Amino acid sequence: MAEPIAVELAKKQKEIGVAEFFSRNRHLLGFDNKKKALMTTIKEAVDNSLDACEEAQILPEVSIEVIDMGNDRFRVIVEDNGPGIIKKQIPHIFARLLYGSKFFKLSQSRGQQGIGISASVLYAQLTTGKPAKIVSRISPKYPANYSELKIDIQNNRPDILNEKEVEWNKEHGTKIELELEGSYTAGPQSIDQYLKQTAIVNPHVTIIYTNPKAEQIIFPRATDILPKKVQEIKPHPYGVELGVLLDMLKFSEARTLRSFLQTEFSRVGGNTADEICKNAAVLPDAKPKEVSREMGEKLIHGIANTKIISPPTDCIAPIGQELLEKGLKKEVNAEFYTANTRPPSVYRGNPFIVEAGIAYGGQQSAEEPIRLLRFANRVPLLYQQGACAVTKASVQTQWRSYGLSQSQSSLPIGPVTLVVHICSVWVPFTSESKEAIAHYPEIIKEVKLALQECGRQLGIYIRKKKNVQYESKKRGYIETYIPYVSEALQELLKIKDSEKKNVETLLAEILEKTRGTIEAVEMENLEYDEEFAKIGKGDQDEETN
Amino acid sequence: MKKPTDVVTSMKNIAESVYTSILKKKQPELTMPLRALNNVKYDPKEGYFELLGKEKERTLTAGTIKTFAQTLKMMSLSKNLVETDDIASKREAYYISKNWGPARFNEQPESDAVMDDIEAMMEVNREQIGFIPEEKGGEIAGKLVVVDKDQDTGKELKIDCTKFGSGAYSIPISVEHLKFETDAKFILAIETAGMFQRLVKHNYWKKANCILISMGGVPTRACRRFIRRLADSKKIPVYVFTDGDPYGFGSIYRTLKAGSGNAAHINQFFCVPQAQFIGITPQDIVEYKLPTHPLKDVDVKKIKDLIKNDPFIKHYKPWQKALEEMAKMKVRAEQQALAKHGLNFVITDYLPKKLADQKSWLP
Repeated sequence: MAEPIAVELAKKQKEIGVAEFFSRNRHLLGFDNKKKALMTTIKEAVDNSLDACEEAQILPEVSIEVIDMGNDRFRVIVEDNGPGIIKKQIPHIFARLLYGSKFFKLSQSRGQQGIGISASVLYAQLTTGKPAKIVSRISPKYPANYSELKIDIQNNRPDILNEKEVEWNKEHGTKIELELEGSYTAGPQSIDQYLKQTAIVNPHVTIIYTNPKAEQIIFPRATDILPKKVQEIKPHPYGVELGVLLDMLKFSEARTLRSFLQTEFSRVGGNTADEICKNAAVLPDAKPKEVSREMGEKLIHGIANTKIISPPTDCIAPIGQELLEKGLKKEVNAEFYTANTRPPSVYRGNPFIVEAGIAYGGQQSAEEPIRLLRFANRVPLLYQQGACAVTKASVQTQWRSYGLSQSQSSLPIGPVTLVVHICSVWVPFTSESKEAIAHYPEIIKEVKLALQECGRQLGIYIRKKKNVQYESKKRGYIETYIPYVSEALQELLKIKDSEKKNVETLLAEILEKTRGTIEAVEMENLEYDEEFAKIGKGDQDEETN
Repeated sequence: MKKPTDVVTSMKNIAESVYTSILKKKQPELTMPLRALNNVKYDPKEGYFELLGKEKERTLTAGTIKTFAQTLKMMSLSKNLVETDDIASKREAYYISKNWGPARFNEQPESDAVMDDIEAMMEVNREQIGFIPEEKGGEIAGKLVVVDKDQDTGKELKIDCTKFGSGAYSIPISVEHLKFETDAKFILAIETAGMFQRLVKHNYWKKANCILISMGGVPTRACRRFIRRLADSKKIPVYVFTDGDPYGFGSIYRTLKAGSGNAAHINQFFCVPQAQFIGITPQDIVEYKLPTHPLKDVDVKKIKDLIKNDPFIKHYKPWQKALEEMAKMKVRAEQQALAKHGLNFVITDYLPKKLADQKSWLP
């Protein structure tokens, strides 16, 4: 008798390696096409560098070099002055997917999942077969380590091809060199644009960029003050899901449920812990390791029915209204700027802050939809604008009351650049490639409030400007008709030409007094840097998503 | 009424005051009486709507400079017309303004309004400042000889209004120079051309020894002035015959007798205080069982407005009663409704009976 088919099928059933999975689904990580792949690689490397520097409280200086190797191949070299990585960790960080420190903690950082840079290594390896070359040094007292790494795709383990100590002129820092298939274009979704926007929202960073045309662009830091060092926080009970809760219970060292709740969550003290247990109808001195799935579910229910104060918000560092405005002024030569930072708010137990800024008028087109620049934890979001919560909130805002024209469910039309920054200990992206923010009602609400505040300031300005225009129109009006008053008087009274001239002079004087005075409303923009603004503005059409 | 030289002087005075203000670096002002029903009073002794004191000021500001310039330019045009003894129709004046560059009028109503302002400012009739309306003055048939002048020779010209056959004599736009010869017993002013034609066709004027005048709706200023001068100089009564509706009472008859709000500054000359209303009254509708039409919303509104706001109606109880009665009946009747009783019923029965019975009239 033949074996059941299932036995045969079973021979083909095996675990799918995470690296294997991502090698087939590279679009999930932002490697959909050659252009985006190059962009994503640089973005991941820069994000990592900046996170590392800030964590070590070092003023970041990052250099990026993109070299065109021909045949759609590029060599990317990203070098920072960060704290460096100890020798043992280098292979894991660069050549193992889902490895890192950031996933396990709740704090505002650019990277979240620990996928980014290793995915780039994987992509480079898949498209050119070449290993990643890493140099890192942690202190002048230690040597610099050089490694050539590949990823063992089946096992998601690093494959070390070469490892040695090298001479390096840097006291500390990390350098990564990758060779990958890509394509380089100008335009709104270009590397140039990404780096520029990064400079706008990270005024403490110096970026030295050498593009494939071998042109070097330097974005010098505008301030020596690092963003406030962010605190790592424990999760807030409101954000926890059942599976996570059960895992936490399993690995907790607490002896009782009561102390588990107190030590593993933020904003839970003895009284709150008791109240949660009471509302969940479970015993506070139950052993965490013995909590069943049913009890876990009760606990979730109990948390929902307990009033718990919002999570602490010192764990997030917004850019701040002043620096945001300054950044905008550098990028856009407009006539009016305004920005504001919302107070912290919470979604699913995660604190977040929304900031928004507007640059109005100047050389911006009045007939096109406004330009929307989105940022999450100081990282520019260049793709998937349509899918983003920020876009949704912008569309739902009633811009007409602030002097812009807007048709139903679309962005307003007007000479406006709008910047929205969301920072949080955990930014909810719609996918791993971190391009769009998920539509949480709390986030949309906060974005709208920030936009409304910007809108109110804008509306005041636009109205003022209209008054000024009206006054200047009136001036022209007066000048048009004065000669006819004097002419009629001459005809009626037969006055001399000189007297007629006199009437005109006097009338202009009399009427000038009756006009409102023109208030100087236009701001002078000393921050504007024309060369800076040009960066990344190619003729390349925006890619449609 | 003001002589042409007075008109020119008064225009110069206004210009002079504007000029003086400017020299003193003050905002010049033009002042004119407010021409509206709420700025008139009715005194039966005077017999016309007299201006109350309300005035409209036009101060020269950035916002009013265009109208201000237009007003002065229009005055200059007017001065020119008066000095050269010429006239311009309202429409012509509008076209002349097309030479004024950006100060030109875009539509004729704008130039008409400025013209009205000037005549009010100077308290003259527009004909006196050289502007004439497009509208016809009214038509005359009957026992009247109008003494006019030949336009070229200036020789006296006698026009016999009995000799127009089935046609009629047209009242000219300016009637100030006309003289009259008549032995007619009364003047009958008629609202509609249709009724006028019927009476002319059957030589009613011969039978009744009267002068027939067709007003064709609300009487023009020339028509009012013509009837006034004729009635005054020959001391003959004036009877008015209109449709039995609020428009006939409140607009046609009232304007003929007491003047209008818009012409408040000159009503004194353009009204016929001796006019009497003989029909069609609401009472006639009942008595003669006339075919009627229901009152429209505008009619109801007009009745209410007349009772509440018209100084003339407010002065006469019988008019208020008549209007209230009509409002109750909710119907109106046209002059031609009399034809129900035969085409010549109006000649053989209605008019003789009405004229003989003063009690059936309205004041």
